[in-house]
Amino acid sequence: MADQTPSPQLFNVQIDGVWHQFPKGTRVIEACARVGVFVPRYCYHKKLSSPGNCRMCLIEMGFPRLGPDRKPELGADGKPIINWIPRPQISCAQDVSEGMAVRTNSPLVKECQRGVMEFLLINHPLDCPICDQAGECRLQEFSVDFGNSKSRFLENKVKKPKNVVLGPRVTLDDERCILCSRCIRFCQEIAHDDVLGFVDRGSYTALTAHPGKRLENNYSLNTVDICPVGALTSTDFRFKMRVWFLKETKSICTSCATGCNTIIGTREDVIYRQTPRENDHVNSCWMCDYGRLNFKYLEAENRLLEPQIRSDGNLIAVDWPMAIAEAALQLKQFAGHEIAIIASGRMTNEELWLTSQLAKSLGVQWIDIVPRRGPGDDILLSEDRNPNTNGARLILRPTSEPGAKLTAIAEAVKSGEVKALMILKENTMHLGISVEQLARLPALIAMNVLSNEATEKATVVLPACSFAEKRGSMINGKGRLQRLNRAVRPPGNARDDWEILRDLLQAVGGGDSLSSVDDVFRRISETVPQFAGLTLSKIGDLGVHILQMEELPTMRPSDEENIEQAVAIQARRRAVRSH
Amino acid sequence: MAITVPRPKLNWRERSYLPAIVAGLAITFKHFKNMLLGRTKVTMQYPEQKWDSSLPDHYRGAPALVQDEDGRVRCVACQLCEFICPPRAIKIIPGEIPSADRFAKVEKYPEAFDIDMIRCIFCGMCEEVCPEQAIFLRKDYAITGFTRADMVHHKEKLLEIGGVMHGVVLKWNEKK
Repeated sequence: MADQTPSPQLFNVQIDGVWHQFPKGTRVIEACARVGVFVPRYCYHKKLSSPGNCRMCLIEMGFPRLGPDRKPELGADGKPIINWIPRPQISCAQDVSEGMAVRTNSPLVKECQRGVMEFLLINHPLDCPICDQAGECRLQEFSVDFGNSKSRFLENKVKKPKNVVLGPRVTLDDERCILCSRCIRFCQEIAHDDVLGFVDRGSYTALTAHPGKRLENNYSLNTVDICPVGALTSTDFRFKMRVWFLKETKSICTSCATGCNTIIGTREDVIYRQTPRENDHVNSCWMCDYGRLNFKYLEAENRLLEPQIRSDGNLIAVDWPMAIAEAALQLKQFAGHEIAIIASGRMTNEELWLTSQLAKSLGVQWIDIVPRRGPGDDILLSEDRNPNTNGARLILRPTSEPGAKLTAIAEAVKSGEVKALMILKENTMHLGISVEQLARLPALIAMNVLSNEATEKATVVLPACSFAEKRGSMINGKGRLQRLNRAVRPPGNARDDWEILRDLLQAVGGGDSLSSVDDVFRRISETVPQFAGLTLSKIGDLGVHILQMEELPTMRPSDEENIEQAVAIQARRRAVRSH
Repeated sequence: MAITVPRPKLNWRERSYLPAIVAGLAITFKHFKNMLLGRTKVTMQYPEQKWDSSLPDHYRGAPALVQDEDGRVRCVACQLCEFICPPRAIKIIPGEIPSADRFAKVEKYPEAFDIDMIRCIFCGMCEEVCPEQAIFLRKDYAITGFTRADMVHHKEKLLEIGGVMHGVVLKWNEKK
């Protein structure tokens, strides 16, 4: 944050013998990281306050020796002579200052790291073969990098509670905990749900939830992410798959308009977990549990696997060319004013653009998306549960707000004015169109991932892809264009949405020379001014800001104020305890 | 660029090939004579006769899972063998041991453990990588089946081949 101020004050800092400049307010551990010197740490997390309790980031620190004139004394090489502090200092809770010198690889530092590792490993169980963190465990990594190969500990290890259910989604193994307190600080500072704490001071210190409370806030699984060891585990992911098997695909969460950046962990076309990916413009390092676990439906029983057309009242599976031809035939029977398209705010920009082209070539006026709202919070979860409402605003260019035409469309369907209805990735039940009215429609073309009332009554069913099975772009609630990437292949004969729409567009006449989703994006960039000059690959992993929605507030999770507030709470508690 | 292979220069005796033919025939006649006199025995009548007794201890036959003295399957489904297996013959589905079980402390066990013996190349890496000393290559070498499915060794079959392994793995007792 500090380097965004117009003219930051720069300090000269020596790190491992080399002088660098850092802005005021940079923590020493971050300054080291910025010049490629890694200082091991457990308790320090850049988005949380620094309690300095793990002692893993100890370094040697010194300042220039001052002469009688209060000026730094210069050595033979013309550089200041450093007075080293005899005892090591922690680098995570200290800001850089003028003339500061740091040594991160001296014999003293190495001895400190070895000592800390030895203490941490004294009571740590040797259950790496069953521990879910194995493979991404800081204790494992630092044990190799900084620890000893042998244990000198002969006594019995301390026993602590195992398999503690902290909440509906988090399971705790206290024996593995190294008491770094990251999870406690996360709950205080980010989730604002102060339920975790340490009890039983001494060798038997254990992490636990406040009596009568559970770790059940919507951000609880972030504690699992930031836990440097395998103490906090996700009940959902626990024992399912070892992390080194997971293929990691960078994508975004599509459960609300925030569009948190994610990493989808898959193996052999099965999604095992979603974890947040750092993006300070969107989600900092966090994501909500609701979005994180919202991928189970991909393997639901009612997943649509084959394109189907209605013949003699029954849906029969056909191949794709036949389904597309049938859909086009049914649509072309009717004039533009007899057709309505209900699209979805869950579709990507590319799909929405193809939909708008389809509407244009059919002369359709009745076109809208279904708004989807739910309770939001002031952390990440947005009230707008459609991930791409802004994309629909830009590309479908409705004359009114998204969703305003829906009642009119529903009335037209009921009155029989609309004879052909296309429902793309949506259901019509809550629009007040009954199943009987749907069944009466001469043409009902439904594209979806799972079957619902609309697909059951459809004349043509087009099985499509979910968010993890396709590439494309979406615009989040704050106007940031972000990219989805394909993590798994669609099951059965389900097909990429944009391909279905492209084929349909070609079958009704139009949509030539679109051979990849990148081509579709290029067309959008030619027609929509906000997209000008962009390509799908230029969006990058962190997205591009293309819409000025409003003056964007800084990300709350990294708010200095919140951290200060939490520190104040801690200080007050300490004061109460000492009385 | 073409590489010219130098051929040995043969003298006239070697070029006639006769001395080599005679020498070869002499060996054949020696074997013929020994066979008539019953001195050589070159064929083992497999499968009536087997060479099991003379297999060395380090022989690498079919991989198998072992149980410990208490009857616990030693495997904890860490999936390292699945990871290391060069032909990807191993497939493990991990499961959680219920808290009421007497081995609940171990927490994890293989719900399914399949080794595709068509794929297995008997390299022994699974045995080498196992942190729990749960998988061993046994001396079974005659792995047969009528279908591909027959050739997949499931957990039951693997435990049957493996049997009980005695030895000290103190990891999961109370003193851990």
